[in-house]
Amino acid sequence: MIHSLFLINSSSDIFLEKHWKSVISRSVCDYFFEVQEKAGEAENVPPVIHAGHHYLINIYREKIFFVSVIQSEVPPLFVIEFLHHVAETFQDYFGECSESAIKDNVVIVYELLEEMLDNGFPLATESNILKELIKPPNILRSVVNSITGSCNVGETLPTGQLSTIPWRRAGVKYTNNEAYFDVVEEIDAILDKTGSVVFAEIQGVIDACVNLTGMPDLTLSFMNPRLLDDVSFHPCVRFKRWESERVLSFIPPDGNFRLLSYHVSAQNLVAIPIYVKQNISFFETGSSGRLDITVGPKQTMGKTVEAVFVTINMPKVVLSANLTATQGNYTYNPVTKTLVWDIGKLSQQKLPNLKGSLTLQCGAPKPEESPSLNIDLKIQQLAISGLKVNRLDMYGEKYKPFKGVKYVSKAGKFQCMAITIWLYIFTNKENSHLKC
Amino acid sequence: MSSGSGFGDEKGGSSSVGEPEYGHDPASGGIFSSDYKRHDDLKEMLDSNKDSLKLEAMKRIVAMIARGKNASDLFPAVVKNVACKNIEVKKLVYVYLVRYAEEQQDLALLSISTFQRGLKDPNQLIRASALRVLSSIRVTIIVPIMMLAIKEAASDMSPYVRKTAAHAIPKLYSLDPEQKDQLIEVIEKLLADKTTLVAGSVVMAFEEVCPERIDLIHKNYRKLCNLLIDVEEWGQVVIINMLTRYARTQFLNPNVNESLLEESGEKAFYGSDDEEGKEEKAEAAALAKRKPYVMDPDHRLLLRNTKPLLQSRNAAVVMAVAQLYFHLAPKAEVGVIAKALVRLMRSHSEVQYVVLQNVATMTIKRRGMFEPYLKSFYIRSTDPTQIKILKLEVLTNLANETNISTILREFQTYIKSMDKDFVAATIQAIGRCATNIGEVRDTCLNGLVQLLSNRDELVVAESVVVIKKLLQMQPEQHSDIIKHMAKLTDNIQVPMARASILWLIGEYCEHVPKIAPDVLRKMAKTFTNEEDIVKLQIINLAAKLYLTNSKQTKLLTQYVLNLAKYDQNYDIRDRARFIRQLIVPTDKSGALSKYAKKLFLALKPAPVLESPFKDRDHFQLGSLSHLLNAKAGGYQELPDWPETAPDPSVRNVELEDVITTSEGRIGLLGDWREVPEWTKCSSREKRKEKKVEKPFYSDSEEESGPTESADSESDSASGSGSGSESEESGSGSESEESREESESEQEDKEDEEDKRKKKKKTDRGKVKAPAVESPESEESSGAEEKNRAQKVKGRRSGSESESEEEEESESESSRSESESESESESDTDAKKKKKAPVTKPPPKQAKKESKKEKKEMSLLDLDDFEPTPSPQVTPVNNFLSSSLVTDLEGLSLTDTVMAPTTIAPSGSVKTYELLHRITGEGLGVEYCFSRQPFSPDAHMVAVQIMFTNNTNAETKNLHVEDPKLQSGMRIKEFPEIELLPPGEMVTVVMGIDFCDSTQAANFQLCTHIRKFFVSIQPPVGELMMPVFMTENEFKKEQGQLMGMNEISEKLTLGEKCQNEHGIVQRVTSAANVSRVPCGSDKECRFAGKTVSSGILVLVTVATKEERAAQLTVNCEKMVIGTMLVKDILQALTQ
Repeated sequence: MIHSLFLINSSSDIFLEKHWKSVISRSVCDYFFEVQEKAGEAENVPPVIHAGHHYLINIYREKIFFVSVIQSEVPPLFVIEFLHHVAETFQDYFGECSESAIKDNVVIVYELLEEMLDNGFPLATESNILKELIKPPNILRSVVNSITGSCNVGETLPTGQLSTIPWRRAGVKYTNNEAYFDVVEEIDAILDKTGSVVFAEIQGVIDACVNLTGMPDLTLSFMNPRLLDDVSFHPCVRFKRWESERVLSFIPPDGNFRLLSYHVSAQNLVAIPIYVKQNISFFETGSSGRLDITVGPKQTMGKTVEAVFVTINMPKVVLSANLTATQGNYTYNPVTKTLVWDIGKLSQQKLPNLKGSLTLQCGAPKPEESPSLNIDLKIQQLAISGLKVNRLDMYGEKYKPFKGVKYVSKAGKFQCMAITIWLYIFTNKENSHLKC
Repeated sequence: MSSGSGFGDEKGGSSSVGEPEYGHDPASGGIFSSDYKRHDDLKEMLDSNKDSLKLEAMKRIVAMIARGKNASDLFPAVVKNVACKNIEVKKLVYVYLVRYAEEQQDLALLSISTFQRGLKDPNQLIRASALRVLSSIRVTIIVPIMMLAIKEAASDMSPYVRKTAAHAIPKLYSLDPEQKDQLIEVIEKLLADKTTLVAGSVVMAFEEVCPERIDLIHKNYRKLCNLLIDVEEWGQVVIINMLTRYARTQFLNPNVNESLLEESGEKAFYGSDDEEGKEEKAEAAALAKRKPYVMDPDHRLLLRNTKPLLQSRNAAVVMAVAQLYFHLAPKAEVGVIAKALVRLMRSHSEVQYVVLQNVATMTIKRRGMFEPYLKSFYIRSTDPTQIKILKLEVLTNLANETNISTILREFQTYIKSMDKDFVAATIQAIGRCATNIGEVRDTCLNGLVQLLSNRDELVVAESVVVIKKLLQMQPEQHSDIIKHMAKLTDNIQVPMARASILWLIGEYCEHVPKIAPDVLRKMAKTFTNEEDIVKLQIINLAAKLYLTNSKQTKLLTQYVLNLAKYDQNYDIRDRARFIRQLIVPTDKSGALSKYAKKLFLALKPAPVLESPFKDRDHFQLGSLSHLLNAKAGGYQELPDWPETAPDPSVRNVELEDVITTSEGRIGLLGDWREVPEWTKCSSREKRKEKKVEKPFYSDSEEESGPTESADSESDSASGSGSGSESEESGSGSESEESREESESEQEDKEDEEDKRKKKKKTDRGKVKAPAVESPESEESSGAEEKNRAQKVKGRRSGSESESEEEEESESESSRSESESESESESDTDAKKKKKAPVTKPPPKQAKKESKKEKKEMSLLDLDDFEPTPSPQVTPVNNFLSSSLVTDLEGLSLTDTVMAPTTIAPSGSVKTYELLHRITGEGLGVEYCFSRQPFSPDAHMVAVQIMFTNNTNAETKNLHVEDPKLQSGMRIKEFPEIELLPPGEMVTVVMGIDFCDSTQAANFQLCTHIRKFFVSIQPPVGELMMPVFMTENEFKKEQGQLMGMNEISEKLTLGEKCQNEHGIVQRVTSAANVSRVPCGSDKECRFAGKTVSSGILVLVTVATKEERAAQLTVNCEKMVIGTMLVKDILQALTQ
C-alpha cells in the first residue's frame, strides 16, 4: 500500500523520509514540486498526483506536505485518512505538528512510523496502543533519560494490541478520576445581503477527556437524542445500543478522544445567533468607497455572544481603510487585503458598528464584486442546537468519578454574501422573458 | 537491483534537491573526510559497552536515515547490536537493518539467527516482532527461512502472531513471486481464521498476492460479513472493497428487471431484421418479468452488515461502504449513502476532494440521491479552487427543471468571485445547464450576454466561448447577440474569445450580412498583430465570406490570404495555401473547389457539453483509478454482473450443507426483510463476550442464540424439500403447512416435544406466512380459511387416491392439534407422523394399520357428526393424554375446518355463557375466544359465538344491535343469521376491539321477536396474540421493560404443572402468548402483544427447587401486566 513517506516543508525541502518497502528515490518528489508550482497555493495542490510509475498522495497540514508514494491501486481516501492520522498522532505526541517539532523528535517520529505501518499496511494506529509502545516525550522524562540513559520505548510489552478493546490501554491508574465531555457545535451558514439565511446547518462534536482508572464502562444519554441527524462514532461506541436506545455506551480510550461527531439536519431550523447589516459600496467617481457594518445579537437564548470577529477579504484595489468602530478595534492588512474587526462581546444595548471610508487605488476601475464577510463567534455554555446531555453513568468500577460537561457554540463557516448587480439584470431579463 | 540502485538513488536524491540541504548539513554534500570521521565516532559508540552510548549513536544514525543520508557504511557496526538487551537500541537496530539489509545482504545474514531464536520465544509479542523484522529484510537467500516462519506462524496459537504472518505474506511475495502457490495455501488457511485481528490483514494479503482466486472467499464469505463490524477500520476498507468485487461475480444484478426492461425497449426500437430473433428476445424479456428477482440472502447479508459502517469516523470506511452500495444495492436502497457522504464534506479538504470526485460520478447515474442535499454543495468563498470546481460540477449535475432557478441564482453570486478560474468554471457550468435544460436556455443566454459587458476580460472571454456553443444550437433566433458580439471584437483581447467571435460570425454570416464584411475589414487591418489562433479564424472568416458574399469581400480575402502567406507560423501559411486553392477559382483548381461551399458551410452539429465525469463509473468508485480516470497498476476491474447466478451453495460451510434449495432461502430472506434489527445485530455490544467464540457462520441466526442457527436452517431446508415432494399439487398455503409440519416432525425424532415447539416457532416466525395462514394450525376459523381448505381438499381428492388423502388430512390434523394444544406427544406418535408427508407410498403399511381406527373415526366425523362434544370432552388438564386421543381431537378439528360455516371450539378453549337458555327463552348463546386473528381488522379480538336453538320454533334474523361501548372500543358484528331451525346450532365470529382493556362490550342480541342485553367481557389473556421472537430479542425487549413495567410474583406451582409441559400449557391457556425458545430448562418464556395497540407482553416463569417458582411479566401497560400476573398465577397454582 503505502511505499514511502516524505515530509516536505513550505520551502520545498524534504526534511524526513521513511520507506516501508524497498527504497524509493526522493527524486520522485520532483513530480510533486512541479504540480505544486503550477497550483500556486498550497491548498490547491491536488491530493493525488500521477508520477510516472508511482502515485503521490499528499495532504497539507500545518504547513507541511505529507507526501506518500503509492505504487499500485489503493483507495485514495485510505491513504489520506491515514496521513491525517499520522499528523494527528504527531500533534498528540509533540503538542504541535510543526517542522521543528518533528525535527526535534525525529527518532520518536521514526519509531512511530515504524509501528504505525507494516509493509505499508496500517498496524497500530490507536493512540493508546502507540503510547504504550513509545512513550511521548516530556521534559521530565527527557531529563531523566539523559541522566539515567533509559529510553522512551516502553519496557513492558504492549498488551493493548492483543485485547478485544484495542483502543484502551490496560492497567490505567489515576488518583483523580475524571471524565470531561465538551459538546462543541459549529454553525455553518450562508446569509445573503438582506440577512436572510440561504443555508444553515450545525455540525457538532463531542470531545472527551477521560482519565478513569481500570476498565470503566460508560453510558452517556441525551435529553433529546432525536436531534442528531447523522452521527459518526469512535469505534468504542456500541452501535447497537445507540440504534435501539439512543444511548452512547462505551468503554472509553484513555485520555483525549473524539467520541462522536454529529450533524443537525437542515430540516431543523437553525437559530442564527447574530445578524449583520452591511453596506459596502464604491463610488464611481473618485477612488473611494464607503463601508458600514452593524452586528447585533439575534437568537442567543440568553447567553452572550463572545469573541466576535468579522473578516472581510477586500478587492485588490482597496489600498487602505479609514474607519471608526464603536466597539472593539479593526485592522486592515494592505498586503493580504483583509480587514479584521475584533468586536469582542456583543451587548444588546449598544450595537457595535464599523463605519468609514475606503481608499482605492487611483485610476483603477471600481471593483464590482462586493466582498463577503466571514464571521467568527463563540457562545459559551450553550449548544446552539439545543442538545443536552442527560446523564453519564459508569459501570464496572467502584469509585465515583468526577464528571463534567461543557457546551460551546462557534461559528463554523459563517458567511454573509452580497447580492450582485448581475442578479438584478438577470431577474429583469427573466421578467421580460415572461412578458413575452 | 537492490544495492546499486539504492546507492545511485541516494546520490541522485541529494543532488536533485540537495541545494537547500547544504545549509543544514555540510557533511551530506561531499566533504567525505569529515563524514567518515563522524562515522568513526559513531562506530566507537556502537562498540562501547554502555547502552546509553549505543542508544545515542543509534539515534544519530536514525536521524541520518530520516534525512535521507547514506549510513550504509555503518552496517557491520550496527548489526552487531541486534541482540542488544536494551529494547530501544534493539528497535533502532531493526529500523536500520530493514533499511539497509537489501544493500548489504551478506552482512545482514548475521542477524538472521537472532530472529530465528525470537520466533521460538514463548512470548507472543516477541514471536510477532521477530517475524515482522525477519520478513521485512529483503534478502533473497532467506526466502526459504521466511516461508517456513510464515507457515509456522500461520498456525500459531496467538492471533496476533497470525496477523503478523498475514502481513508477512505480501512481503515475501514481492521478494520472490515464485512462492505464490505456497503462499496461497497459507492465505487459504488464514482466511479461515475466525478472529477479527487476522481478517483485515489476510484479506490485504489476498488482494496483493492472488486477487484472482475469488474461489478462496466462498467458504469465508459469511464469516467475513459477520466479522466486518469488529475488524479495525483499515481492515474494513480492504475487506469491503474485496467483497464488492466478490459480490459482482457471485450475485445477480438487483436492478436486473429495470435494466432488462430498458434494454428490451431499446432493442425493439432499433428493430431487428429477423423476426425470430425478435421473438426470442421478447420471450426472454417476458421470462424475466415472470420470474421476479429474488436477492440472494448472502447478497442481502453483505448489504446489511456494511450499512452500520456508514457511521464510521473513518472517511475511507464510509467511502468503501458507499461504493459498495452504489455498485451492489438495489436502486431503492442506494440513497442511504448520500447522507454519510455529505457528512464527509466537512472533513479535511483532501477528503472533500476525493469524496466530491466520487459524488460527481454518482450524481450522473443517480441524481435523485443527492438532490435533497443540494445546499450542502453550495460553494464558500473560502473553499480552495479545486474544491469549488468539483462542487460546481456536482451542482451542475444535480440541476433539473425544478431546482435550476435556485442553482442559477447561486451561480450568479459565484460569478462575482475574485477567483477567476472559478468564475470561468461557473460560466461553463451555466452553459451546461443551458444545454441540458431547455427551459432556461434563453435566460442563461441573456445572463451570459450581460456578462459580455463585464470589466474582467477573462469573464467576457469565457462567456463568449460558452455563448458560441449555445448559439450553435439555434442560431436563427439570435442574430442580435451575434451582432453584439461582433462589436466586442474592438475590446476583447483574449485570443480564445476573439477566435470564437470570428468563428461565430463566419459560421452565421448569413444572419449578419452587413456586419460580417466589416468585421473582416477590421481584422484584416490588425491581422499581423493577432495571435495564431485568431489568425486562423480570420482566414476562416474570410473564406466563408468569400463563398457567400464574394462581391464585397473578394479583395479583403485576397489581402488576408496574402498576409497569411508570409506569416511566421507554418500552420497559418499552410492554411492560407490550402484555402486559396479551394475557394479562389483558378484554371487548374482541383476537383474539390466546387465543393468548397459544402466544405466550409456545412451544418455543424452543436457541441454536446457534458460532464467530464460521464462514464467514469466503470471504475470502481473510491479507487485510485476512478480518481485519475485511468487504470492504475494492480487495479482489479469490477466485473459485470453474471447472467445467471453461480451456485450459491459454494458459500455454505460444511455444517450447513443442507440448505441448498432456494425455497429455504426465501424463507430466510423474508425474515431479514421483516426484522430490520438485523442490520444492527452485529453489535459492538457483543464484542466483549462473544467476539472470538461467536459461531462464525451464524449469518442469519445471530439473534436467536448460538444453538439455534444450524438446526432451524436445516429445518427450513428439509421442510421445503419435503413440501415440494409430497404435495406438488397443493396450493401455496398447503405446501406451507406441510413444510411446517415436516419440520416440526423431523425435530420430534431427535428432540423432546418442547424443544420441537420452540424450534417450530422460531421457524414460523421466520416464514411468517400472511396472518390468516400461519396460525390456522391452531384452532382454525374464519370463513376464507375454511373455504380454501375445502377447495384444497376437493382438488386433492380429485387427483389423489382416497387413502392418501385421508392420511394427509390425518397427519395434518394431528399436527395442527399438537401444535395448538401444546400437549406432549409420545415419541412413537411423532415418528409415525413424520413419515406421513415425507416418505410417500412404501413404508406406510404399518402406520396405516395403527391408524385404522382413527380413519374410521374421521370418516364418521365427516359423514355424520358436526362438531360433537365427544372428541372434545378430552379433559383439558389431561395433558398426558394418549396420542390417540390427541389425534382424534385433531381430526375433529380438521373436519370442522372443512365444514362450511361453523367452527367448533376445541377442548382447550374455554367457553363462556352469553345468554342462558332460560333467560334467552330457549335461545342459548355461548362464546369463546378463538385466538384467531380477526381478518377484517387486525386490531380486533375474534370472538366466536355459538347459538343453540333449544325451542321448537325457528329463530329468525339473529343479529347485533345497539352496542354500548366504552370510548374507543369498536365492534364488528357478525352477519345476520337469517334462520336457526329448532334444535340446531350455529357458530359465527365477530370482532371486538377492546382497546386493551377488560371492560365489557355491551350490546343487544336481537331475534325476530326479542332483544337480549348481553355483554362480553374478555379475560386479560385473550387481549393479546402471540409474537414470535428469539431468545435474544426477548432479552433485549425485556431489558427495555424494567422497573415499573416489570411485575414479579413468587408462587408455588400447582400439582399438575410441575414440569415444563405443565407450565407451558397452563400459561398458554391463560393467555394467548407463544413460547419463546430458551436455553435454560429452568425458565419458560412467552411473548405476546396486545391485539389492539400491539404492546409487547413478556412472561417469564422461572422454576426453582421444589415447587417454588417466580413469575415475571413485563408490559408497558401496568394494568394489563398486573391482571395477567393474577390470571397466570391462578392458572399455575391450581
